[in-house]
Amino acid sequence: MDIVALIEHDRGEAADVSFQALAFAQSLGATAIHAVVVGALSSELTAALGANGATAICHIDGDLTVDYDPEVWGEALAAAVAQVNPQAVVGLATDRSGEVLAHAAAIADAPLAANVTAVTAGADEWAVTRIRWGGALIEEASLNAPVRYLTAAPHVFMPQAGGGTAAVVAVAPIWSATAGRTQIVDRITLASGITLTTAAVVISGGRGVGSPEGFTKLDELAGLISGAVGCSRVVTNAGWRPHSDQVGQTGKRIAPELYIACGISGATQHWVGMMASKKVLAINTDRDANMVNKADYAVIGDLHEILPAISAEIRRRKG
Amino acid sequence: MTLRILVCVKRVPAPGARIVLTADRTEIDAKNLGFAISPHEECGVEAAVQLVEQHGGSTTVLTLGPGEADEQLRYSLSVGADKAVLVPTDGSDWDAQATARALVHAISELEAADGAFDLIVMGNESADSGGFQVGIRVARALGRPIVNGVKGLELDGDAMIARRESANGYEVYRLPLPAMAGVKEGITLPRYPTLPARLKSKKADVPSVAAAKHPGGLTTGHFSNPVEVVTETMVLGTGPAAAPAVVDLLDELGLL
Ligand SMILES: Cc1cc2nc3c(=O)[nH]c(=O)nc-3n(C[C@H](O)[C@H](O)[C@H](O)COP(=O)(O)OP(=O)(O)OC[C@H]3O[C@@H](n4cnc5c(N)ncnc54)[C@H](O)[C@@H]3O)c2cc1C
Ligand SMILES: Nc1ncnc2c1ncn2[C@@H]1O[C@H](COP(=O)(O)O)[C@@H](O)[C@H]1O
Repeated sequence: MDIVALIEHDRGEAADVSFQALAFAQSLGATAIHAVVVGALSSELTAALGANGATAICHIDGDLTVDYDPEVWGEALAAAVAQVNPQAVVGLATDRSGEVLAHAAAIADAPLAANVTAVTAGADEWAVTRIRWGGALIEEASLNAPVRYLTAAPHVFMPQAGGGTAAVVAVAPIWSATAGRTQIVDRITLASGITLTTAAVVISGGRGVGSPEGFTKLDELAGLISGAVGCSRVVTNAGWRPHSDQVGQTGKRIAPELYIACGISGATQHWVGMMASKKVLAINTDRDANMVNKADYAVIGDLHEILPAISAEIRRRKG
Repeated sequence: MTLRILVCVKRVPAPGARIVLTADRTEIDAKNLGFAISPHEECGVEAAVQLVEQHGGSTTVLTLGPGEADEQLRYSLSVGADKAVLVPTDGSDWDAQATARALVHAISELEAADGAFDLIVMGNESADSGGFQVGIRVARALGRPIVNGVKGLELDGDAMIARRESANGYEVYRLPLPAMAGVKEGITLPRYPTLPARLKSKKADVPSVAAAKHPGGLTTGHFSNPVEVVTETMVLGTGPAAAPAVVDLLDELGLL
């Protein structure tokens, strides 16, 4: 079975998830894996793709491929598909790979299954398991088409090194008349520090915090233990905190060592954003709140009294 | 130029602590649930309304869904949209290809009647299906450029300027109009409807555009809930008196 796998990179720098697309292709029983690289291809990337299971590299290069462009990448992927004629086209369910696969599937008018976690490849019909509702619901579906497009949920198919080498094959795309009209005109790098996605401890507040001022108690504790402050959607909708602090289905996905949920009830759409946390501590007035039931640890009571007491205790111990 | 913006919104259930399924597991049991506009699109409506407030023009909202989706269309009118159009379904959830084909048909009819839309706003993904594709299929069929993941949207002459998050910051895209954007929650903070606006929206005319169902190749079988890890919750205490126990825990986990 021939499978085409999109490799995500930014101006030649491979994304962490790139090789997961190859692992996904391997899991489908591919006998040949054609890795698609649009734009800059270094000898390091060529070697790494071979080592991670690619048997060939379809390389599309030209004036239009210097920077990322979803339309151009979609057309490039479609050209590779036309050349290889594979049984499936795969990528990762990330912002970029997801949209490029959708472009290629749209060009082919073929079905696309997004956020796939398992596949049973039959002769015609493939049985796929995919994630919906940001992880709160699992769907069993059938995928029926001569060429199947699938994106894998991140971190499900992990690459194993130990492959061989991959030969580079040039693919000459036929660009549409409008290719290149979408352009990246600016890139802004934000100062890095402790962020919601990297912090070991995240202290999150929900409706129970009550006001923007109420968050000073969370900020204070975060400052003492190098944590980051997050929040629920009720909080961003009320304008108490910016949306960039929101955890959940339509916010950030995080996996800290400890997640401290203060005044958060534990709705499904919040839970999917922090369920990968190693440990969860719930602070809530309601002993029966869903968050309390699902947490590893809980303190029952008013967060406005409990958080300052924790901060005071830390100060006392640190001297 | 009078700016014409279209926003495609989907009606989705608003489940609580756990998603409950029907006995045959082919649907979410929505008996006791409220419904909402899928969140990314709700912010998309607000983004469109703000652009129209700034540049003049009008916002149309389009949904493909059951007759009850009238509720989400009227809500959109109550927060500033000027027109709302329903593409009625049989009540089942249409797959992405069928949805895109029907939306393209409806958009073409609307454009034939009143002129092309300069900007079509979609959600990055629908909250319930999470297909991450209907917008891109529609854009390809209409021959318009689209970027997904948009968290900032401006107009600059005959171009759309879209901002989206990247691994370490954000990147800015420029697309010639007419263009499309798949937006994410956070692009705007949706306003709440005022009482007079709500009353007015109840009286508005909400026309329908019929579209045939042409299913694609991905068919839903059944759903299941993810396996839940049952955790024995350890209650560390009640009120501020629990503070020392919490600090002991932080110490134990090496987080102090
Ligand atoms: C499609 C969709 C997507 C969504 N995406 C997200 C998302 O990304 N992130 C998200 O968070 N939500 C999301 N939601 C919303 C979600 O369903 C819930 O409405 C939301 O998470 C509830 O926020 P909350 O827990 O802060 O508020 P509530 O549910 O109102 O809970 C407040 C909690 O605070 C407790 N409390 C009150 N006062 C105190 C006090 N003084 N001290 C201690 N505890 C107190 C209460 O007991 C209660 O448990 C989404 C919803 C939909 C429909
Ligand atoms: N039934 C629908 N009616 C109107 N717009 C829809 C519908 N389904 C999907 N869309 C639009 O397409 C986007 C992507 O949906 P999806 O591909 O299902 O993730 C959504 O955010 C909506 O803007």
